[in-house]
Amino acid sequence: MYDLIVVGGGPAGLAAACSAWDSGLRSILIVERDRQLGGILNQCIHNGFGLTYFKEELTGPEYAHRFVELLGKTGVEVRTDTMVLDVTADRRVHMTGPKTGYRVEEARSVILAMGCRERTRGAIGTPGTRPAGVLTAGAAQRYVNVEGYLPGKRVVILGSGDIGLIMARRMTLEGARVLACVEVMPYSGGLTRNIVQCLEDYGIPLYLSHTVTDIRGRDRVEEVTVCRVDERRRPVPGTEMVFACDTLLLSVGLIPENELTTRAGIEIDPRTKGAAVFENMETSLPGVFVCGNVAHVHDLVDFVTQESQRAGAAAAKFVREGEAAGESLALRSGNAVSYTVPQRIRPQNVDKSANVFFRVNRICGNSQIAVTAGGRRLAAFKRDRLAPGEMEHISIPKKLLEGVTGEITISIEEVRE
Amino acid sequence: MTDVLIIGCGVSGAAAAMELSRYKLSVTVLERENDVSMGSSRANSAIVHAGYDPRPGTLMARLNVRGNELTRKLCADLDVPCRQCGSLVLAFSEKENGTLRELLDRGIKNGVPGLEILSGDEARRREPNLSGAVTAALWAPTAAICSPWELCLAMAETAVKNGAELRLGTEVTGLERRDDRWIVHTNRGETEARYVINAAGVDSDTVHDMAAPHEFDVKPSRGEYYILDKSEGGRVNTVVFQCPSERGKGVLVAPTVHGNLIVGPNAEPAPRHDTATTASGLDFVKETAKLSVPGIDFSQSIRNFSGVRANSGRDDFIIGMKAPGFLDLAAICSPGLTSAAAIGEYAVELLGREGLALEKKDVFLYGRKRTRFKELSDVERAALIARDPAYGRVVCRCETVTEGEILEAFRSPIPPRSVDGVKRRVNAGMGRCQGGFCGPRVVEILSRMLGIPQDEVVQDRTGSRILVGETKEVPENV
Repeated sequence: MYDLIVVGGGPAGLAAACSAWDSGLRSILIVERDRQLGGILNQCIHNGFGLTYFKEELTGPEYAHRFVELLGKTGVEVRTDTMVLDVTADRRVHMTGPKTGYRVEEARSVILAMGCRERTRGAIGTPGTRPAGVLTAGAAQRYVNVEGYLPGKRVVILGSGDIGLIMARRMTLEGARVLACVEVMPYSGGLTRNIVQCLEDYGIPLYLSHTVTDIRGRDRVEEVTVCRVDERRRPVPGTEMVFACDTLLLSVGLIPENELTTRAGIEIDPRTKGAAVFENMETSLPGVFVCGNVAHVHDLVDFVTQESQRAGAAAAKFVREGEAAGESLALRSGNAVSYTVPQRIRPQNVDKSANVFFRVNRICGNSQIAVTAGGRRLAAFKRDRLAPGEMEHISIPKKLLEGVTGEITISIEEVRE
Repeated sequence: MTDVLIIGCGVSGAAAAMELSRYKLSVTVLERENDVSMGSSRANSAIVHAGYDPRPGTLMARLNVRGNELTRKLCADLDVPCRQCGSLVLAFSEKENGTLRELLDRGIKNGVPGLEILSGDEARRREPNLSGAVTAALWAPTAAICSPWELCLAMAETAVKNGAELRLGTEVTGLERRDDRWIVHTNRGETEARYVINAAGVDSDTVHDMAAPHEFDVKPSRGEYYILDKSEGGRVNTVVFQCPSERGKGVLVAPTVHGNLIVGPNAEPAPRHDTATTASGLDFVKETAKLSVPGIDFSQSIRNFSGVRANSGRDDFIIGMKAPGFLDLAAICSPGLTSAAAIGEYAVELLGREGLALEKKDVFLYGRKRTRFKELSDVERAALIARDPAYGRVVCRCETVTEGEILEAFRSPIPPRSVDGVKRRVNAGMGRCQGGFCGPRVVEILSRMLGIPQDEVVQDRTGSRILVGETKEVPENV
C-alpha cells in the first residue's frame, strides 16, 4: 500500500510527487508510460519555459530535468514504461509494463496527471481526401525533435495554438516552407509572444477568421483550400485561396486526457473537460487529486508546476488528516469567463488564499476581474487586456471568503474609456 | 500456371480465394494495393444485412440471406468481431408504414427469419433514443454489425494458410485468351491461369471488358460517414435505418463492433476512386440522421470517411461466366459485404459447373485467433506478459493495444505494410486521438519490422509516405 500513486511523470506528476515528499509522505510511486520522465516537455526543445517559476529561460527538457533532479534527491519510486489502465474508486491502480508485468497497487491517495491530447481532423470535420501529410502539430514535433525526421516541406498550419506556432518556426528552421497559419477565430489561440517570435519574425502570414475547407491529394497532401469565415464561422463562398502544399499541421485545441478519470466515476466539468475540483485540486472522489493539463489546459508549464505542488501537498494532508471538512462554495463563471479552476472552494480548507485559474471567452480591453457573492463585491483585480489564448490567475485571500455562502461569481467588467 | 487466378482482394475476392483453397487447386490472388480490403470492403457501413431489401428472385436476394447466415458463423470461427444486434427500419408517415409492409413482404419471400413490424412506441422501447416522430419500424433480428476489413483479412489469411498465393502491388493491365488458358498481363509481368475470377470491385467493369464484350458500366456512388467517439457508442443498440429510396438504403445510425457509433451514408455519384468527404455531404448525413436519433452529439466525431459503392444501375450483382474460363463477380454493391461469403461459395459452384475439378484437400486449416489484450482478465494479462513482455507495453492508449499484438500481426499470414494496415489488424490508431499518440510509435515498429528507414514507412497506400526525409544533420565537430 502506497501513501500516494502519481499517474504520469510529466511536469505535473513530477512537481506533485516532489511536493508530497516535502510534505512528509514517504511511500510514493510515479507511474510513467514513456521510457523516461518528463512527459511532453522532452519534445519541446524550444526555450521560454521557467520564466515565472525559475525566473530564467529554459528549454522543455531542461525544465523537466530540474524536477527529475529534485526527485532524485527523494525516495520516490518511479516505474517508467508502465501504463496505468484503471484507477478504481477504492484507489486500486491497475498498471502494465514489459518489465513490471501486470500489477494492481493500492494507494491511500492518487494524483492523476496524465496531461492532454490534441484535437484531430475528425473532431473538426475538415472535408476532403484522407492522404498522408495531415497530422497534429504535436505529432510533427515528436517526429522532428525526437525521431529526427521532417514530416513535410510545404506546410499550412490550421489553428494558432501554441504547438502549431512553435512548429511553424521549427519546421522553417529545418528548411520547410510554412505558407500560412490559418485561425478560424478572429483572434489567435496562442500566446502573443509565440505569434511574434514564431510567425511574425519569419514572415509567416496569419489568417484570422479563416479555415481550411478542403484537402486534396490521393496518397500525400497536394493542396488545401482556405476560406474566410463569417461571424458564425461558416465559410464565405468566393473567398477561397488554394495552397499547394504537402502537409497540413493541426493545432486546433487540446483536450484533457480523462479516460481514467471518467472510468473512476469522477465528475467532469464539461467546460474544462477535466475533473471538477476543490481548492486543493481534489476531485469528487475523496483522496483523488488532479493537476496540470489533465485538469485544464495550461499555456505555461510554470503554472502547471505551482498547481501540482498544491495537489501534492493536499494529497499529503489527506493521507495525514483524512477528508477535508467544511461547507463548499461553488465558483460561477460570470460575464466573459468561460471556466474557472477550481470549480468549488471549501473556505475552511483554504490556507492563506484560494488560487483561481480561468479563461475569458473573448478579447477584453482594460478590465476589472470582479469577484462577487450574493451581490456583494469581495474583490477586484485590474487587467489591461484579457485574451482567450492566455490563462488568467487570481488569488482570493482567505479572509474575504469568511461568511460567504452559496456561490462566488467571477466576471469581467470592461472599463469604458 | 495457376488453376484459378482472382483479380482483386476485397471481400468477394478473399471469399472466393478461401473457398477455393479448400480444394486441391493452385490459387493466385492479385491485388493492386499494398494490402487486402483496400476498396469498398474497408469503407462501408459494416452491416451484415438481414436481406429484406433486395428484390425477390434476384441473385442478390439469395446471396444476401445466405451470406447473413454464413458471415455470422464465419466471424465466430475466424475471430472476426461481429455482433448480431438486429436492425430497425423506421417509418415516419402512413406512406412509409406502407413501405415497411412491402419490405416485410419482400423479406418473407427472401426467406429472412423473424421479421416483425413494431409500433412507434414498441420501437422506442427497444431504442429509447429514437425520435418521437417514428410511426412504426421493421424489426429484423438477424441483422448484425461486424468489422469489415477484419472479415476480408480473415478470409484472405485462411486462403494463404491453405496455399493460395497473394501477390500485392500487382495490377492487371490486360487479359488475353491463348488456347485453353488466360494470359494475365500485370505491372509485374505476366501469369497464366486456367480460370480467371473478376473481383475488381469498382473496376470490375474495366476488368470485364478485358475478357468479354462490353456489358455494363460501374457507376460509382459515394457514401460519406461519421465515426463518433465511444462516449456516443451506446446511443443506439441496434442498426437504425430509414426507409430505403431509389438512392440507397438511406442514412443509418449504428453501433460498431469497436464500440463507436457510425452514422451515414449519403449517396452521391462520384468519380471512380474519389473517396473524399464534402461539407455538403457530411451536413446532409448529420441532419438526416438526427431525424432518426435526434440526440446524437456530433461534437464527439472522431473521424469522417467515405466509400464508393460499385453500382451498375441494375438491382442485382453481375455474377456469371462471361467468357470461357472467365467468371465475373462484378458490380458487388451493397449488400456486398454481407453477401461475400455466399458469393465465394457460389463462385466455386459456378467454376465446378464449368469443369473445374473440385477435389477437397485432406487438411484444410480453418480457424484463427488473435490476442486482444484489452479483453483479457487481470490474471490472463499477467500470464501473457510473463510469457512475452511485449504484451506489457501499451502502444495505443485509446484502444489499449500492446506492442505484442502489433508484433503478432507481423507473424500473421498477411503482415501489415502500412500504419493503416496495423490499424486494421489490431485497432491501434482507431481511437479518439486518431493515432496522434501511437502514430510515431507504430512508424518506428514498422520501420524495424520491415527493415526500412522511418521515412519510407507509409500511412496507407504505396506512396503515402508520412515523413519526407531526415532533419538537417548536425555537422561533426560543432
